[in-house]
This record gives sequence, C-alpha cells and structure tokens, in this order.
Amino acid sequence: MNRSALTPERALWWGPALVLTLILVIAPLLFSDFYLSQVLTKALWLGIAAASLIFLAAYVGMVSLGQVALYGIAGFTMANLVEADGGSPIAWNPWLATLVGILAAVGAGLFFGAIASRSYGIYFLMITLAIAVLTYYFFGQVTQFSGFGGVNSVERPAIVSNPVTDPVNLFYIALLTSAAVYAFVRYLARTPFGLALQGVRDDPSRMRALGYNVPLLRMLAFGLGALIAAFAGIISVWWNTRISPGSIDLTRTIDVLVIAVIGGLFRLEGAWVGAFAFAALDNWTRGLDVVGQRFNTVIGVIFLVIVLLSPGGLMGIWQSITDFLGRRLAGKPPARPSAGARASDSPQPS
Amino acid sequence: MSEATAGVADLDWRSRLAALPPGALALRIAVAVVVGFVAVWVSYKAYGDPRQFVIVGLNGLTLAGLYFVVASGFTLIFGLMRVVNMAHGSLYMLAGFFALELQTKLTGGEATSAFGSSEAGLGDWIIPLVVACLAVGVIGLVMQQVFLRWNQGQDLRQALITIAISIIIADQTLAHFGGIAESLAAPDSFPESVHLPFSDLTYPFFRIFVLLVAIALGLCLWAMIQRTRFGMIVRAGVDDRQMVSALGINIQLVFAAAFFLGATLAGLGGVLGGTMISVDKANDTQYLLISLIVVIIGGMGSLAGAAIGALALGLVDSFGDVYLPAGYTNYSILLIFGLLVLVLAVRPLGLFGRPA
Repeated sequence: MNRSALTPERALWWGPALVLTLILVIAPLLFSDFYLSQVLTKALWLGIAAASLIFLAAYVGMVSLGQVALYGIAGFTMANLVEADGGSPIAWNPWLATLVGILAAVGAGLFFGAIASRSYGIYFLMITLAIAVLTYYFFGQVTQFSGFGGVNSVERPAIVSNPVTDPVNLFYIALLTSAAVYAFVRYLARTPFGLALQGVRDDPSRMRALGYNVPLLRMLAFGLGALIAAFAGIISVWWNTRISPGSIDLTRTIDVLVIAVIGGLFRLEGAWVGAFAFAALDNWTRGLDVVGQRFNTVIGVIFLVIVLLSPGGLMGIWQSITDFLGRRLAGKPPARPSAGARASDSPQPS
Repeated sequence: MSEATAGVADLDWRSRLAALPPGALALRIAVAVVVGFVAVWVSYKAYGDPRQFVIVGLNGLTLAGLYFVVASGFTLIFGLMRVVNMAHGSLYMLAGFFALELQTKLTGGEATSAFGSSEAGLGDWIIPLVVACLAVGVIGLVMQQVFLRWNQGQDLRQALITIAISIIIADQTLAHFGGIAESLAAPDSFPESVHLPFSDLTYPFFRIFVLLVAIALGLCLWAMIQRTRFGMIVRAGVDDRQMVSALGINIQLVFAAAFFLGATLAGLGGVLGGTMISVDKANDTQYLLISLIVVIIGGMGSLAGAAIGALALGLVDSFGDVYLPAGYTNYSILLIFGLLVLVLAVRPLGLFGRPA
C-alpha cells in the first residue's frame, strides 16, 4: 500500500487522532481545573507508564510487570533527594534530583534487565512481577528511604507550581512528555536498533544466529522501558506531591497492566486511550453510590471482559471499525484481513 | 550458557568449568564467593548464640513447610497446564477468611485468639479446614472450566485472566470480610509448645505440625506422581499433551482434577498459615510473591524444585531478619532479592527447571 495515499481507512484513523490532539492542546480552556488535573493529567502520566509496558510488549515481546517498580525507584530517589517530610534529609535542587531519579531508574532497569533478559514469555512476566513486589516491600521496610508512611510534601521545581490550585502547567508538562515519548518510540522503531529489537521479538534464535547479542538487546530495551517509566514516576510524584509504597503496590502494578490491556497491548496509542478510559471511569464511579467503594471490582470485570472478548483492547475494536468502514467507503469487500503499512510498525501478536 | 554446557555434559566438572566462557566463569566465581561469605557469617553468628540459631533455624524450616504447601499447588498447575495462576495468592487468602468465618460461627466467636489458651475443639479446626479447602478448590475448578479451558496454550492471556480474577477477589474480600488481621485458633487438643530434645528450649507445637504436614504432603504428592496412574498421565501430559490425548486419555478431566488439587493446596496453605501466622487482606500479594519466588528458584513445574525453593526462601526469610547487622535488619528483603539474582544468574530456568 502506498504510504502517502489518503485512503478512507487512513482518514478514519488520522481524523479522530488529530481532533483528539487538538482537544488536548486546548484542554485547559475546555475543562474545569478539577477535571483537567484529576482525569486528564492523571491519564497522561498513567499513559506514559503504560506506554513503557506497551513499548516492551509490542516492540520487544517482553510483557513486563516491573514498570511500576521502576517508576517508583525514579519517584522515591527524586523525593529523597529534595526537601520533603520523611525520607532522607538531603535537600538538592529539584531538577538535579529529577535527573538523578531518572538515572537511578534506568540503572535499576538495566540491572533488572540483566537478570530477567534470558527468560522469555511467561517466565519473564513472573520474574518482573517478583521484582516489582520485592521493590514494594523494600520501600515499605526501609524507613531511611520511605517506610509505609511514604515521603510527603515533596518539593517541586517552580514551574510545576501547585498541582491542585494551578494544574495547567503540570498538564502541559505531562502532555509534552507524552508526545515526546510517543515520537521517540515511533522513531526508535525505524532505527537499526529498533528493527533489531523487533527481530528479537519475532525470532530470538534466528537473531542469535545472525550474530546479535539477544540478551544484551533485551537488557538495553528494558533500560529504555525504565527511562520511559521514570518520566511517569517523576510526574506522578509532582502530581501527588507525595509517594509511598502504596503508590507502587501490586494493585498499582496491575492497574498499569489493565490500562495497557484495555487500550491495546500491541498499539502504542493504546497506552493513553486506556489510561483516559481508566481515569475517567475512576472519576465517574466515585460519584455512584452502588459502585463508588467497589471501583476495583468494576475494573476487574471490565479487564476480564476485554481479555476474554477483545484481546486487542479499545484500539483493536477501533481498528476493526475503521477497517470495516474504510472498506465500505472504498467499495471493497469487507472480508479481507487488514495488511499494509500500519501493520509493520504496530505488530499484532501471532 | 546452557548451550555451552549441554554439549560437554559427559565431561567431568573440571573440564566443564574450563569450557565455560570467561564471563560465565567469573559469574560462577562471584556466586561461590557470595555463598561462601554467607556460610561464614551464619557459622560465626551461630557459634556466638547457638540457642538463637536453633530457634531461628526452626522458624525458617517451618516457614519453608508452609511455603512448600502453597507453592506445590502453583507448580503443579503450571507444570501440567502451563497456566501461571496469578490468583493463587487470592485463593490462599480466601481459604483463610472462609475458615476464620466458619470457626467463629462454630465456636460462637470465643476462639479467635491465636496465642494463649485456645477454646476451639478439634472439630472447630478440622471442619473449617476441610470446608475452606474444598470451597477454594471448587472456586479454582470453576475458574479453570469457565475462563481458562478454552484459552489453552495462550499463556499470557490465561495469566491476564487470572490477574483479573485476583483483582475481583481482593476487592470482594475487602468488602465482605473487612481488613482486620486475625488468626485461626489451633485445636485445644494440640499442645501449645514442645520441648526440643537435648536442650531446655521449647518451641510452638503448631509450627512443627505445619512442617510435618508439609513433609507428608510432599511424600504423598511424590508418590502420587511417580506411582499412580493419575501421576503417570500427569507426567506424560507435562511432556506431550497432544500425544496423551491421542492415546485416548481424557486430558481435560486430568486438567480439571489437577487444577482442583492445586487450588485445594492453596486453600490448605491458607488455613495452616492462618493458624500459624494470621489471616490478612494483604495475604494475596504476599503469597503470590512467595509462590512466584519459590518456583522461579526451584524451576517451574518441578516438585523437588518447589521443596528446595521453599527451603531456601524460608531460611533466608527467617535468618535475614535476625542475622543482619543491627540497624540493617529492615534491609532483609534485599537478601530475598539477592537469592533470586544468584539463582537466575546461574540458572535462568531455576535450579530444577527444564526448557518447555
């Protein structure tokens, strides 16, 4: 298929994407401060966390449950290095602390990656989950860094301002970071390194035969995933103004997995779509008497239904709709399975 | 690394060591140094206070017994069906709450104190045990029949399904049973503590009982897998599922039975752990982690691996809290992490793991 041709399918895909992007750019004019902060900003940083998982799952074939632990390492490191209640007494410049936090998460990611990168599939999932829960217990036990009370009133860079009374700056920071992460991953997928990662995803033994160091590639990919997760961790601490072991517990780890699966585990855009659905649902159900207290049951049931009925998530459903409509509009028979340019950079599981 | 050693498996250990690439050799030396250092440190501390060593060692062994009961169910299910049951910890927790609820009903709420005098008769403990195990077994069976059976072979999807179920169970448990940690009362016919031979030390009887149950269970499972027809089918199913069904064996029935058994073992662990330690809403995360670590260390699907993994985890858990230098005992979780790293560095599939 010609990449530049504007087929009805492409129009159906890019039209809504452009409209949504435009809405996000002018969102502070359209939505109340409460909605902007509690739903949109939250969805953006949750989306970045989910994007780190989807990057690993879709491009390298590594479904990791360690992303929340990594964002916790970034967040806790940063929170300990600036002025805050609890944690270590160090008070560095917030930007320096942010940088060190991100580096700490990348370092931890490379180390975890070195441990787990020789395991595949479900073993990899289990090892990353074990690492994630161990990280949670570590911050719960070690009172020098956190303890169960966590680190509160974390000092933020001046530009972040107060996320409750003045949420606009943090919203744009989260939006720009999301856009940068998205663009970075899409760019990376076309570089030789990104292509090698996709080769590892499809056939590790063949890549090894071609002379690639497969465990090293997987370890580096995990480090990159940690970098993306670290952005989410830093923004989440700015947004919450605090971090505690509860921010990285098993529930939160599963939340990020749920977001990725609801959005679509094999489409990068799905991260933010799923995160928005999650945050909006969370906000909406809080007001309902029946389910207000039982949000997790609602999320569990939705997750179960998505996994059982539509493994591609919301993006998968949308893809089917656009394919169907596109073929109708183009006057082609609707039966042919979709193929073409998009399939090469957004693989479906075989 | 495994490929490098596979070809030279018939050589003696000296030549096998020499055949390793330099990186792998350095790794092995590093692992040996760490293990040696730990051994020296433990011996030094044990020499300083032998009574403490005995008690902490027994704590570790009895914990290992509990961990083995829980993880054996997890590894059984995985070994046969390649299903990673992420709801295993949830089943453990549910059994504890079921048993607690039933015991409270049976005794009229008089017997909920774990330590000190117990008012529960033998039946007040046995009946909740049996009912909770069966109830959890049935929940596991329903889970397998309704959600997992028609997704056979899609291991990621099955793991996601069990995660979804664990979310629902955790939330509903919180709604129905509340969040207060309580313990089941052990039967009053059990002695509270026993005297250890060759010393004046006493030790809680129930913890010894858990260890004995775990050993008996391990022997029974081993005998079942090695000696019975069901065990033969299970072993054959682990190696080649399609061939087994081609031979006219109803593999679906075997799967259902194995899942029921695995879930029941989670339930047994939940009641034993609920009596030995406590019933708590955080149990699901905790025992999922324990099951994961035990089988990652021991190797998925291997019963002997589960025993070794449980032993290693139980001892590290118990000694780590006491033997770390004063002021650093809250770093004990790093020792478990270190154990995981050590094993995975040398054997990515676990000590007894085989490639699928």
